[in-house]
Amino acid sequence: MRMRILLWGISILVLLVLPPLVIAIGQPFYLDLTRRIMILAIAAISLNLILGYGGLVSFGHAAYLGIGAYAVGILGFYGITNGWLQWAVAIGASALVALAIGAVSIRTSGIYFIMITLAFTQMLYYLGISVAEFGGDDGMRLKSRSQFPGLVDLGDPVAFYYVALGLMLLSVFVVYRIVNSRFGMVLRASKSNEARSRAIGFSPYPHRLAAFVIAGAMCGLAGALYANHTNYITPGLMSWQQSGDIMFMVILGGMASTAGPVLGAFALLLLEDLLAGWTQHWQVILGPLLVLSVIFFRRGLAGMFYKPDA
Amino acid sequence: MSFALLFEQLLNGLQFGVMLFLMAAGLTLVFGIMNFINLAHGSLYMVGAYLAVAATQWTGSYLLGVFLGLAGTLVVGMIVEVVALRTLYDRDHLDQVLATFGLILFFNELVAIVWGRAALFASGPAWLQGHIDLFTGSRYPLYRAAIILIGLITAIILWYVVTRTRLGMLIRAGASNRTMVAALGINIRLLYTVVFGFGAVLAGLAGLMAGPIYNVQPGMGELILIQVFVVIVIGGIGSIRGALVGAIIVGVVDTLGRAFLKPLLGTLISPPAAESAGPALASMSIYLLMAVVLAFRPQGLFPARGG
Repeated sequence: MRMRILLWGISILVLLVLPPLVIAIGQPFYLDLTRRIMILAIAAISLNLILGYGGLVSFGHAAYLGIGAYAVGILGFYGITNGWLQWAVAIGASALVALAIGAVSIRTSGIYFIMITLAFTQMLYYLGISVAEFGGDDGMRLKSRSQFPGLVDLGDPVAFYYVALGLMLLSVFVVYRIVNSRFGMVLRASKSNEARSRAIGFSPYPHRLAAFVIAGAMCGLAGALYANHTNYITPGLMSWQQSGDIMFMVILGGMASTAGPVLGAFALLLLEDLLAGWTQHWQVILGPLLVLSVIFFRRGLAGMFYKPDA
Repeated sequence: MSFALLFEQLLNGLQFGVMLFLMAAGLTLVFGIMNFINLAHGSLYMVGAYLAVAATQWTGSYLLGVFLGLAGTLVVGMIVEVVALRTLYDRDHLDQVLATFGLILFFNELVAIVWGRAALFASGPAWLQGHIDLFTGSRYPLYRAAIILIGLITAIILWYVVTRTRLGMLIRAGASNRTMVAALGINIRLLYTVVFGFGAVLAGLAGLMAGPIYNVQPGMGELILIQVFVVIVIGGIGSIRGALVGAIIVGVVDTLGRAFLKPLLGTLISPPAAESAGPALASMSIYLLMAVVLAFRPQGLFPARGG
């Protein structure tokens, strides 16, 4: 336990001092990269809640990333740039869609669940492509970032970096509290033995659905952040590759562990960045590496430091 | 909307449906027997299309190109099975999804390295270029008619192999009880490889037939793969009959939606609104259909027995 707190402390310290450091050495690119990683880490943290702790293998988590981003983009398109409102809509809309998708999908299990979540996200992806008002296939540029007057200016890269860091740590904390609450116990119990948890009087369906909605809402926030990060939204945010990427972050980092998704997000995206700087055909290397990691590296990065919680 | 046009679009739907079926049959067989979910099935479709185009250009003969394309896809499929996938049969579905996701990245990029990212031009043979006269008075492309024919013949062969031959008996036995089949002295690993190769050839066949109609480009496999998922979810995973019915339903609904939803909506709401809502609804139609089917039958229309 002390080891964990120590590791967390060191990591947070490093992330805190990174901005002045990279600006001092004149490499602001790394600020951008780290911010992107932290935003996608929020998506991975939210997926870990349902995938790692709930056992729901959702292959469509990018949907909420897209909905969050489009909420910011569409409100901005109509001139509403108030950040509180934009982000609230992003979270609310993601939660609603997650409720609809979850209500149908969670009735099924196993491989059906994987395929259905994938198919629903694909549906939203095609919706994004075919709505020409909001850019269609080409995507849409944000007119301005979300405005938080008097509080923070997201146009300032360093300030935005700290917002992303803060929200990432908040997400870690929220998921940690959820999985260790009574609700989280039931969720984990239904994963490890559905029949037994039924027998002691808990119905898995409402708990799973609630977790699914919470995860969707959290990922919607990540989407709102991502739209502000790139200043640009495209349907590609909802593509199945994006869902696969988020899933890999969780697995690579270690399922059902507090730090896993964050570690995984950093590992995968830094690796991608490294390979992409080396050759434009980086995916031909990344693909087999991912296959090998699935076959041989079963407990993920978090498993190297300590045993996963579940 | 004239009857001739409707009939022509129905045929297009059927043509798309049989291609979906060729993909779905392989995927559902592999799942039924090995309990293995293979996302890279779409990559085999893409490999089939590329190899056939390359082999046709190289040999100058379409039939030879088709043969080499199918043989090549079979070899690629078996290599992938032996090298990477075999170790994953005992893992949970999550690991299988992730590993085959990695394979997709690999194959898409490999194809882009060899043939480039731009779409490749593929054409059918000269002797399939014409049209046939339909009884409705309109004309239908011969090539598409040939696809329907080949798809239906393949479905019949598949039905014969699965229900009437020794191999089919082993396949059905493997699907209902793997351990028992192995205990009776059947080389189950060999059976797995054979079935996987079988599925690969079907995917390759679908891919090389798709070449002249759709684009031959990296990522083409995933476009159809996700629709194939919808097919087997609707039909019931592991069931060939379900795959056939699901494929035809999805093919027809998708094609008719794309052809008629926009004009149909135009009569209900204002044409400009229909202009944007039509295509959106059309591309969402099969997923909505899937949601409706699942709401009533979570196991699909034809749930497979055993497991």
